[in-house]
Amino acid sequence: MAQLNLKQSDFEPIEYSEVEAEKIARESTSFWKDAWRRFKKNKLALFGVAVIILLGIMSFLGGPISGYNYYSNDLINSNQPPSGEHWFGTDQLGRDIFARTWYGAKISLFIGLAAAFLDLIIGVIWGAAAGFFGGKVDEYMMRIADILYGLPYLLVVILLMVVMPQGLWTMILAMVITGWINMARIVRGQVMQLRTEEYVMAAQSLGVGKGKLLFRHLIPNSMGPILVTLTLTIPNAIFTEAFLSYLGLGVPAPFASWGTMSDAALPYLQYQPYQLFFPSFFIVLTMLAFNVIGDGMRDALDPKERN
Amino acid sequence: MAKYLVKRVGFILLSLFFIVTITFFLMQAAPGGPFTSERQLPPEIEQQLNEQYGLDDPLHVQYIDYLKDIAVWDFGPSFKYPAQSVNDIINRSVPYSLILGAEAIFIALSIGVLLGVVAALKHNKFGDYTAMVVAVLGISVPNFIMAALLQYVFAMQMDALPVARFDSFAHTLLPAVALATTPLAFIARLMRSSMLEVLSSDYIKTAKSKGLSHRVVTYKHALRNAIMPVISYLGPLVVAILTGSFVIEKIFAIPGLGNEFVESITNRDYTVIMGTTVFFSVLLLISILIVDLIYGLIDPRIKVAGKGGGK
Repeated sequence: MAQLNLKQSDFEPIEYSEVEAEKIARESTSFWKDAWRRFKKNKLALFGVAVIILLGIMSFLGGPISGYNYYSNDLINSNQPPSGEHWFGTDQLGRDIFARTWYGAKISLFIGLAAAFLDLIIGVIWGAAAGFFGGKVDEYMMRIADILYGLPYLLVVILLMVVMPQGLWTMILAMVITGWINMARIVRGQVMQLRTEEYVMAAQSLGVGKGKLLFRHLIPNSMGPILVTLTLTIPNAIFTEAFLSYLGLGVPAPFASWGTMSDAALPYLQYQPYQLFFPSFFIVLTMLAFNVIGDGMRDALDPKERN
Repeated sequence: MAKYLVKRVGFILLSLFFIVTITFFLMQAAPGGPFTSERQLPPEIEQQLNEQYGLDDPLHVQYIDYLKDIAVWDFGPSFKYPAQSVNDIINRSVPYSLILGAEAIFIALSIGVLLGVVAALKHNKFGDYTAMVVAVLGISVPNFIMAALLQYVFAMQMDALPVARFDSFAHTLLPAVALATTPLAFIARLMRSSMLEVLSSDYIKTAKSKGLSHRVVTYKHALRNAIMPVISYLGPLVVAILTGSFVIEKIFAIPGLGNEFVESITNRDYTVIMGTTVFFSVLLLISILIVDLIYGLIDPRIKVAGKGGGK
């Protein structure tokens, strides 16, 4: 047994003052600070963020660095394997794949971000309105969403792309027409759940108006699931873009996206595999990065996993 | 039960009506007529063709005719291949797609569940990390890239499996694996989290403290309860396999329905697009109904024929 060394002075009362008692030892932390602290611990998610930032920068710098543009043909130098001259090689028409890859990054990332952002706006407004007003309004609004949700997403997008003229914005539009429903359902669920919380009741009894209640309390508190859904929508949109390109419904030439580049390279897989490798690699890398960011955010923002 | 079924079938018919209507008017709005081509037809011939296919009728007459035909499962003629009806095309190609789809579903379910269970049992150990890395990769690698990768490695470099077509069992392996990749990864993740949740529940502790063997606890008590979320994923699984078949069948040159659908899009063959879309929708709605019924049978907490008419 260890011997305790106790002195007389240890038993004397410590000085006590009101000020001392009210002092907060640790800096107070908000929900977002706390979430960020947990997100930072997730190495994989940080890697994802770094990849996306790097891809974003390269999508602007990549073209100028290579010294080539994405559309000029050079038929004498077609199908060159990667070399010091053409870092990623050249394609069937002698276009520099390095330059095309970064131009494609711009297009693919733009489609992903634009589709996700439009989904966010429509989904949040629709879902929040349905969840907030409840009753008949909710029933009608969600019935419309259910009919659209019952159809397979890709099938609807394909049918719309057949009907509409090919182009960047029509593709985004086709994705958004059914893409917002997922967001709307999640926001509605959150809002309905939060509406019964005490703090909402407290706000209501203090006389807070409907608009303020929605935008000040309900939507900000649903931000966690909204952000996670948003992050996971982006890889889905990038996937859809590439998928449509494989069906010949992608962005029209001479635009390059990762999807159209992969599609064009597929028939030459046996002899020029590098033509398929580069765009495919970046599709996978981007989707992977957004997926791990989304997973990391879900873990960081989930109050149940707080530690 | 009967009341629930009637209600569900009614809802399916209503959804189908919407789908048929939407696709009909979408295809009407599509640019170009069915006989638009680089070679201009003489107006008399075009007139005769329009008459033969009923295209000179007013729109609402065409629409009602189409509804009547669909009701008796007649999808009309193909405009690009005049000797064939859409029914012929569907009947000819569906068997290939069914074999491929069934194989992919089997792979996704069996390996996905296995990976998820292994990950949960070895929680936070090497097995868990490996399984989850496989799962994250599986979600991030699109099926068409997986298909090209498999073709390159197994068919072109190793020469172990045929690169395309659909003649023997060996031909089916690569496309089925490519098709199964993404759903497999989803199932593994679902299975892992639900297994982890079940393994920490009280009745598992009870079973363990009763002295039941590790095996009985894992397979009889935990697995049976943890598999429920996977069963409810079967609907989305069918959707994923079906839409995945569009690109996979194209890449592997399989004469299935997905390939025909893509072909009809390239050819702008509107009756075939409409017919296959309706057929896909019927297939999906029925398989989702079957999944719901199975769910009710397996999970005693859900009563399919509940008091409120199965609400």
